[in-house]
Amino acid sequence: MAANTGTYLIQGAAILGGEPADLLIRDGIIAEIGSGLSPVGQDGGATVIDATGLVALPGMVDVHTHLREPGREDAETVETGTRAAALGGYTAVHAMANSTPVADTAGVVEQVYTLGRAAGWVDVRPVGAVTVGLAGEQLAELGAMADSRARVRMFSDDGICVHDPVLMRRALEYVKAFDGVVAQHAQEPRLTAGAQMNEGDVSAVLGLTGWPAVAEESIIARDVLLAQHVGSRLHVCHVSTAGSVEIIRWAKERGIDVTAEVTPHHLLLTDDLVRSYDPVFKVNPPLRTDADVQALRAGLADGTIDVVGTDHAPHPSEHKECEWAQAAMGMTGLETALSVVQHAMIDTGLMTWADFARVTSTAAAKIGRLSDQGRPIEAGEPANLILVDPAARWTVDPFQMATMGRNSPFKGRELPGKVVATFFKGHPTVLDGALNTPHPEAAATPAGAA
Amino acid sequence: MKHLLSTEDLSRSNAIRILDTAEEMSAVGEREVKKLPALRGRTVVNLFFEDSTRTRISFEAAAKRLSADVINFAAKGSSVSKGESLKDTAQTLSAMGADAVVIRHWASGAPHRLAATDWIDAAVINAGDGTHEHPTQALLDAFTMRRHWARLAGTGSEGTDLKGMRVAIAGDVLHSRVARSNVWLLRTLGAEVTLVAPPTLLPVGVEKWPCSVSYNLDDTLVNGVDAVMMLRVQGERMNASFFPSTREYSRRWGFDDNRLRALDDLGMTDTIIMHPGPMNRGLEISAAAADSPRSTVLAQVRNGVSVRMAALYLLLSGDTREPAPHRAPAFAAAAPSTKESN
Repeated sequence: MAANTGTYLIQGAAILGGEPADLLIRDGIIAEIGSGLSPVGQDGGATVIDATGLVALPGMVDVHTHLREPGREDAETVETGTRAAALGGYTAVHAMANSTPVADTAGVVEQVYTLGRAAGWVDVRPVGAVTVGLAGEQLAELGAMADSRARVRMFSDDGICVHDPVLMRRALEYVKAFDGVVAQHAQEPRLTAGAQMNEGDVSAVLGLTGWPAVAEESIIARDVLLAQHVGSRLHVCHVSTAGSVEIIRWAKERGIDVTAEVTPHHLLLTDDLVRSYDPVFKVNPPLRTDADVQALRAGLADGTIDVVGTDHAPHPSEHKECEWAQAAMGMTGLETALSVVQHAMIDTGLMTWADFARVTSTAAAKIGRLSDQGRPIEAGEPANLILVDPAARWTVDPFQMATMGRNSPFKGRELPGKVVATFFKGHPTVLDGALNTPHPEAAATPAGAA
Repeated sequence: MKHLLSTEDLSRSNAIRILDTAEEMSAVGEREVKKLPALRGRTVVNLFFEDSTRTRISFEAAAKRLSADVINFAAKGSSVSKGESLKDTAQTLSAMGADAVVIRHWASGAPHRLAATDWIDAAVINAGDGTHEHPTQALLDAFTMRRHWARLAGTGSEGTDLKGMRVAIAGDVLHSRVARSNVWLLRTLGAEVTLVAPPTLLPVGVEKWPCSVSYNLDDTLVNGVDAVMMLRVQGERMNASFFPSTREYSRRWGFDDNRLRALDDLGMTDTIIMHPGPMNRGLEISAAAADSPRSTVLAQVRNGVSVRMAALYLLLSGDTREPAPHRAPAFAAAAPSTKESN
């Protein structure tokens, strides 16, 4: 745990939306929680932060982020992506493996890990590829990545489904050796050849090749049965259909060790938006129907879906300023996730802020096996926490974001909730809703170090 | 109307205005000098990202009969890596002063992108986009049907619609922009549409469309039909398990000689056979059917020029209620605003 990150007294924050309390943060730790705490302690004055009307939450943990580095630094870098993460209320992100080169060796995951340390905005936890080059043919050196300094615990070929059932079985079994988890991008490839959008009423009219719900659901059904058979831990990325929620609910009732994630955009947006043919709404898995949105919300509220994962996927503008079929799939999400989840889940009465902490932090840290993230807000715990103004309203402007990606599907929408401050290991990376400075440890980490 | 992108959002009054204007244009086509000065000095670009000689020359003829300058831009190449982006192409055409862009594209929605972005300010006419829509094809089909329907009713066609007409559209609906545009337009004009296709070639979601669906062409004929439109079967469907073989397809869903005879046997003397072309003779339509007096295939081609003249004229000369400069006497009767109460 870092030392010398200063002393901060947060006054009157509603912890998990409860009664207001003061929090004293000192040297990376929540030193004290109480009422009427004095800013003048034994080691001198604390910086006082008036948190009246703000909610204190554990720092958010994203299980699904595309930072694009190495390889597509024109889309995003670890530096810009983690700035966006801090602004969005995150203190840890899992960087997906589909970089160039693919994060399928200890060398690449250590590079990403080191870049994250050097940036100093959040914990960057690299995700290792399941198969060499995401090719779906041969297991990558999962053990070497687990044993590396990046201590990889989550493995995923995200973007591509591990569709070979034997390979999936072996991966599920193998990662048991180091308490790993396979995060599956559930997409039956033959059923989705050339797929452009959700298959249904809208695709029929628009003449865009459909991505049927069954292509996701059939893989999830297979994988939960495989996980049960070999007694492994399975994580399902970006669940998007009502049927998937039902299958996961069924699996959990049977005691299968499966966790699932939903993106903010699948909690709010539907395939009706594709009628514009604006590729900002092109994403994989695709936007579904309102019935799916409602089922995903219910599943997140009742715990069937464990976590919110952004699937933050920045793209250069030329990959979106084109025909729908030519456009890249993906949306940015780090800087809008909190607001969208508040809008879809809290302002609708489906969840409390305590539930929010569970699905954006506690459960996510548990899936990724991050020991010092997603912790309770209690004295003696690491000071990874955020202050949120739930009464704030703001209009999304992609050009005002820290991410390099301008592909936000929420552009122009007014959303509730704003991250006022982010404390990462006791250091405020965000203050007054704006970037502050990276964690002081970052200065001690040379970016090029391996 | 600033653009013509789809028939789904084409109002009944605009549809009838286009069809009525096309009747006037058709009269021009029958004159010795087939030319109007209406679009003199205007530039029409045929921007074709997909080969289609028939559609391109139809638009070219239409624009030239209206005295527009025509630029043909064959922007082939199917990926960003192979060439210029749609945005750059559009901005290039804009810089050259295009007043209208007739776009054919393999990607569904490409014309909508041109119209919705600020890449170009020109009027956009969709000349077929992917498997989405082909509005001028549907309009020329409706024009052809309307003349037939009005003739049977013993009236002129101007101002009329297709109320009560029974139309069967048979074939690969799933991949057909022609079928989609026809379903929406024919609904708007009051026709009763039945789609006839193997279940594999109907989109999921077709049950919400304003039409009936049948898997059996013979049943559809027996139930009575005033026009049968056969869709082209694309070669690439033949090896993708949409149907077992071309022979089975032809037997079950093709308009063969037996079905041609069946029309006679059923006493349906006035039923027409349509095809958007190009035809696969012997597959979705037999040679006898294609060449029979019932066939409107060539009339459709002829009417295509009139309909495209109407679309270009209405989009480029603004409100039709304003008199066009130097317009021909035959054209003066085209005051469609009085027909909107129909």
